[in-house]
Amino acid sequence: MNIIVCLKQVPDTETQIKIAPDGKSIVEDDIKWIMNPYDEFGVEEALRIKEKFGGEVTVVGLGPKRVTEAIRTALAMGADKGILITDDALEGSDSLATAKALTAAIKDLDYDIIFTGQRGIDDDLGLVGASVAEFLGIPHIALGIKVEIADDQSSVKVHRPVEGQTLVIESPLPVLITAQKGLNEPRYASLPGIMKAKKKPLEEKSLADLGVDASEFGEAARKLKIIELTPPPERKAGKIIEGETPQEKAAELAKLLHEEAKVL
Amino acid sequence: MGERKIFSGGEFLISDVTPADIFTPEDFTDEHKMIYQTAKDFVEKEIMPNIDKLEEKDPDLVLRLLAKAGELGLLGTDVPEEYGGLGLDKVSTTVVGEAMGVAGSFTVVYGAHTGIGTLPIVFFGSEDQKKRYLPKLASGEWCAAYCLTEPGAGTDALNAKTKAVLSEDGKYYILNGEKMFITNAGWATVFTLYAKVDGEHFTGFIVEKDFPGFSTGAEIDKMGVHGSSTRPVILEDAKVPVENLMFEIGKGHKIAFNILNIGRWKLGAMTTGGCKGCIEGAVKYAKGRIQFKVPISSFGMIKTKLADMAIRTYMSESMMYRLAGMFDDKLGTLDAEAKKSGAENAKAIEEYAPECSITKVYGSECLEYCVDEYVQILGGYGYCAEYPAERYYRDSRINRIWEGTNEINRMLIPGTLMRRALQGRLNLLQAAQAIPQELMSYSPLAVQLPDEPLALQEHMVKMSKKIALMVAGLAAQKFGADLVKEQEVLAKVADMIIEIFAMESGLLRTKKIIESRGEDKAKFQIAAVETYVDQTIPTIEMWAKQALAYVEQGDTLRTQLAGVKKLARYTPIDTVSRLRAIADRVIELESYPF
Repeated sequence: MNIIVCLKQVPDTETQIKIAPDGKSIVEDDIKWIMNPYDEFGVEEALRIKEKFGGEVTVVGLGPKRVTEAIRTALAMGADKGILITDDALEGSDSLATAKALTAAIKDLDYDIIFTGQRGIDDDLGLVGASVAEFLGIPHIALGIKVEIADDQSSVKVHRPVEGQTLVIESPLPVLITAQKGLNEPRYASLPGIMKAKKKPLEEKSLADLGVDASEFGEAARKLKIIELTPPPERKAGKIIEGETPQEKAAELAKLLHEEAKVL
Repeated sequence: MGERKIFSGGEFLISDVTPADIFTPEDFTDEHKMIYQTAKDFVEKEIMPNIDKLEEKDPDLVLRLLAKAGELGLLGTDVPEEYGGLGLDKVSTTVVGEAMGVAGSFTVVYGAHTGIGTLPIVFFGSEDQKKRYLPKLASGEWCAAYCLTEPGAGTDALNAKTKAVLSEDGKYYILNGEKMFITNAGWATVFTLYAKVDGEHFTGFIVEKDFPGFSTGAEIDKMGVHGSSTRPVILEDAKVPVENLMFEIGKGHKIAFNILNIGRWKLGAMTTGGCKGCIEGAVKYAKGRIQFKVPISSFGMIKTKLADMAIRTYMSESMMYRLAGMFDDKLGTLDAEAKKSGAENAKAIEEYAPECSITKVYGSECLEYCVDEYVQILGGYGYCAEYPAERYYRDSRINRIWEGTNEINRMLIPGTLMRRALQGRLNLLQAAQAIPQELMSYSPLAVQLPDEPLALQEHMVKMSKKIALMVAGLAAQKFGADLVKEQEVLAKVADMIIEIFAMESGLLRTKKIIESRGEDKAKFQIAAVETYVDQTIPTIEMWAKQALAYVEQGDTLRTQLAGVKKLARYTPIDTVSRLRAIADRVIELESYPF
């Protein structure tokens, strides 16, 4: 069972995001980059399937050189090899272009399942997984929280939550599944794993290596344009209801809800 | 990255070390970064949810967490691969130690297990002992403890009463005696223990908890680290198989002192992690605590505290990793045969015994400073057990006591350096003797400094070295072999040496960052070094003058004091603005800012 996991590197959830002076991008100076947490669920699931059925796990990342760190982390967790698609022409690409580049890197590989995170926690678009499946012409199942491979390894059942219910979808292989929180608890990269990862193959590929036309990528080729980024509004200070007794406070609260908040 | 030049222990006092010669956290490899992340994740996800429960000393929980750490390889960084460990470089061990530094009592469990517990066997165990014990210690299946102290032998460790006598059949040593303050005693399986064979020859033994005649006493109630186990160990005709004697009869001191060197450096690494935890806790609180309608983090005095915590931690961190790099460089010079020999490895580390003491003292006192300000920033809440500052405050205190009190470590720093000088290993005396001559022609006003960042600070570090050497040299001249009895003078010399290593480590690291990233990206580090040097030079001058005033009198003294004044001549800079800038950075990032 050969599995591919697509990886994105995103700002750590604890990073304080600052908007750059252009108003359309963020300041990257102080950012600590991590593997997109949804992609991490994909890596973990891939490793579990490999441990059960054998085969190989390949991780494919895209972006500047620093993305190597996320790929190395996946290798340290137990993935077998990595591919980094890196090219100056990719700078500013939108989800569709990203999916095209990933497809170009994946299409000639031998795979049964592809995992991607259900979305990146940075731009929250959630388009790459479905787009890659479309470009490759394979089925796509979104938001998997449980993945069951048939004993004969010819098909897969994926559970996905729908309004408190569970929808179970069956698909032949190969298939692309996007990972949702709840799929598993990703393992740590152990120290032996980290040292082994150093020796695992990590290939770098440019757009030319992938045989695609660079003009389809980057800022100029974007179909979606970012017009403006704004920080969330500052939370207004709360109000403390004054009063001597609970009765007084309740009366004051009712008055304010009626007159100021106008909800009563 | 070029080759780093290898310096001998203490040589920094008489040589010019360049930025390229030291290892800094900015030189971390991808592996170092990932190891740090794993250790940090482990602490956050496995330890922190259990931090209150750990205070109850539940052996099952402790051993389960230890095994989990072992599974991830966190216990095996110093254990060679052939015995189930990873055999990584010392920087990796430092990285793990630092990340573990915020784990409360588990920091202690981890530190005693991987350091003083496991390392005696790594360095001095026989092949058979290594095979029997190390795999289980690296995996965390067994926990280790170290038994040196006795009720009547603390700092004076070699004055042990525990006695070992060979049994009649020659198969066992029969041990009798009592060991005191044994960390991990309540749940350890393996105890490295010292006893005097026939009451004379100080010797190491490996003792298992199930050996007949071995037992532990009741838990000792302590001020802090409540989640660690501390008990006496009692030996009543304890039967220890002869194959569990470590190294050689009568060579126990060699094991004990070498292990302490490593313990000191590891402790330094862990305290650095603790300092970062204090800064994070303090700044988050200060940002959220509103008084007079503004967060208290906007007040100048709170900013000074946050900035000073960050600056000292920066120096501490720079020292720890510089020393780890020195170990790795020195160990790298061993040939293949020597690399396999634990004793040769320990000898290479012993070279830096003075630096081990320096980092232990600085690290533990830096943490003490940080926990104190952490409590202060939280005010009344800092004094309440509901907030972690209170635990940090209690937990920190032991660090100035164990692994050799900071007092004995202060004696060891000049003591070891002087001994090496007399042995001809270190050119201290010549360097000290040259200073009076240099002083005649030295004019601070004539000094031309290059127009580049930190040039003044670099000059002041150089001058500080001269001051320390001058005082040490004059004291040695005056007291000769009796200098060892002049603890007050030696302590001041030690303090000067410690601060020189701190300033220089921060300075060289920052210069390295300027070289690699440019001055603008190093601006906070530059401000930290400028501020720290500004704060430290007057103190060094004061220590030197106080020491000299005891050593000399009259005209000689006056000449010497004038010399110190000349060397320490320094015009203060605006540190208030620098402290504010650093504090604002801490407040912006809500964490240690470097």
